Amino acid sequence: MLLIPCPWCGERDEPEFHHGGEAHIERPLEPDQLTDEEWAEYMFMRTNPKGVFLERWVHQSGCRRWFNLARNTATNEIIGAYKMGEKPPTSTIANKQKTATVSNKKPKGVR
Amino acid sequence: MKKYSIFSLARNAFKFHQDWEKAWRSPEPKKNYDAIIVGGGGHGLATAYYLAKEHGITNVAVIEKGWLGGGNTGRNTTIIRSNYLWDESARMYEKSLQLYEGLSQDLNYNIMLSQRGVLNLAHNLQDIRELKRRVNAIKLNGIDSEFLTPEQIKSIVPMINISPSIRYPVLGASIQRRGGVARHDAVAWGYARAADARGVDIIQQCEVTGIIRDGGRVTGVETTRGVINAPKVAIVTAGHSSVLAAMADVRLPISSFPLQAMVTEPVKPILNSVVMSNAVHCYISQSDKGELVLGAGIDGYNSYTQRGSLHIVEEQLAAVCLLFPIFSRLRIMRKWGGIVDTCPDASPIVSKTHVDGLYINGGWGTGGFKGTPASGWTFAHTIARDEPHALNAPFTLDRFTSGSLIDEHGAAAVAH
Ligand SMILES: Cc1cc2nc3c(=O)[nH]c(=O)nc-3n(C[C@H](O)[C@H](O)[C@H](O)COP(=O)(O)OP(=O)(O)OC[C@H]3O[C@@H](n4cnc5c(N)ncnc54)[C@H](O)[C@@H]3O)c2cc1C
Ligand SMILES: [Zn+2]
Repeated sequence: MLLIPCPWCGERDEPEFHHGGEAHIERPLEPDQLTDEEWAEYMFMRTNPKGVFLERWVHQSGCRRWFNLARNTATNEIIGAYKMGEKPPTSTIANKQKTATVSNKKPKGVR
Repeated sequence: MKKYSIFSLARNAFKFHQDWEKAWRSPEPKKNYDAIIVGGGGHGLATAYYLAKEHGITNVAVIEKGWLGGGNTGRNTTIIRSNYLWDESARMYEKSLQLYEGLSQDLNYNIMLSQRGVLNLAHNLQDIRELKRRVNAIKLNGIDSEFLTPEQIKSIVPMINISPSIRYPVLGASIQRRGGVARHDAVAWGYARAADARGVDIIQQCEVTGIIRDGGRVTGVETTRGVINAPKVAIVTAGHSSVLAAMADVRLPISSFPLQAMVTEPVKPILNSVVMSNAVHCYISQSDKGELVLGAGIDGYNSYTQRGSLHIVEEQLAAVCLLFPIFSRLRIMRKWGGIVDTCPDASPIVSKTHVDGLYINGGWGTGGFKGTPASGWTFAHTIARDEPHALNAPFTLDRFTSGSLIDEHGAAAVAH
């Protein structure tokens, strides 16, 4: 079971939370301009790295707020939580990433 | 390959079983092949077998980073059924079940297919309506399916609790009598032996670390045992589909989650069919060794750790004890996890990619063991002809651009 650091409530057990998938997927600004390929990328394609993953969680049975988490999917090690709208803790991640394995590159696109 | 038979068994018994020939060779990898299959699970080995058998392509290597079937093939709860809702899935999984029905003969290897019937339980009125609708849809596709009352369920599964006063009462079930279980290792080993006999090189302890391309074409793979060339490379690495695809800059709609299963201490025969429930989430059967085989739900977050959280196991065991109070006395012997690659529509991908000569088969999620034969059969066709077979044409990557998803999420009576 994961021990997840909610930015508002501190560390709590995983069953209090709900996973919200990959973080930082931006809604298309001009949806009517998008090609089918761009829609597919936005709707369905996912970065699914074996290594550091930026993901969203909601503290469902707690403060009910959404936040982001940087976590290593190869080890489940939690690198850090950060609030919605904040930038990921890149320097900590960069240090950890050295030990992580292959990660899935995001192409330039609608994100 | 020496044929297994009652006579070879007797002959070898006299020699104290010291004389069996190896089931497959373990050759050094060659420099060049006509096709490389990455991943030595059931799906990869079936692909190699049907490439050789159906398409005469035998200069093939199966490259496995660990040992054969050490991924999800050897970790799954082996439920086989073809009672899917949508036509595309029904055709695919029914083809698979039909191939399973002849597989022991075809491979000359006993895969211990046991068509003991698979029941899916209903716990409320909506479940009943949904299951009845499903039973009818499945029948329209020519696949066997029936609806059972609680009393009929009880006559098949005497140990089940059909008291109307429990928290999630058993109000009915659908049954596919041709459904059942098979021996997972035997499926991998049987395909491996038969593929090897047709000339396929099976290379274990060899990890693919890169996919080599020249322009838009694939030319081979980098491995921990050096570069191996082939004009066709097929990725069949459940649990690592995204990792392998990323090596060739192919984007997939896949997320990877842990899925757990466990077995109890062995007991005498007590459960002679497979019982599954979506609502309380449990699926249970008894192995030939006597262990009860129990499967849990997936953990809710992406992970490659092959282990899951304990509260998932707790939920699943609560469901088992609700339906079978007598099983609360059993002890769990082993528990493990596998990594399942899931697509947004809970249907698999058996497809070409935008890289010429690169093929991908993955996203079978929590239910691909039953799909093993048809997966290999259609994937072999896709690789040999460079175009999908009619059965897997709806299951290509294009569906995520065209929007014609095969939405089995919730449509599969249960997930496995
Ligand atoms: C707990 C659990 C229960 C399940 N229950 C059922 C069930 O009841 N019924 C059902 O139908 N399905 C079930 N499934 C799903 C089923 O197990 C899978 O869909 C199916 O086995 C996938 O088969 P495969 O051959 O593609 O995968 P695997 O057997 O996982 O084979 C993939 C192989 O690729 C190898 N590989 C990975 N990366 C590399 C690399 N870089 N280089 C070389 N090799 C590599 C791996 O080592 C692995 O051996 C269950 C799964 C789990 C985890
Ligand atoms: Zn909180």
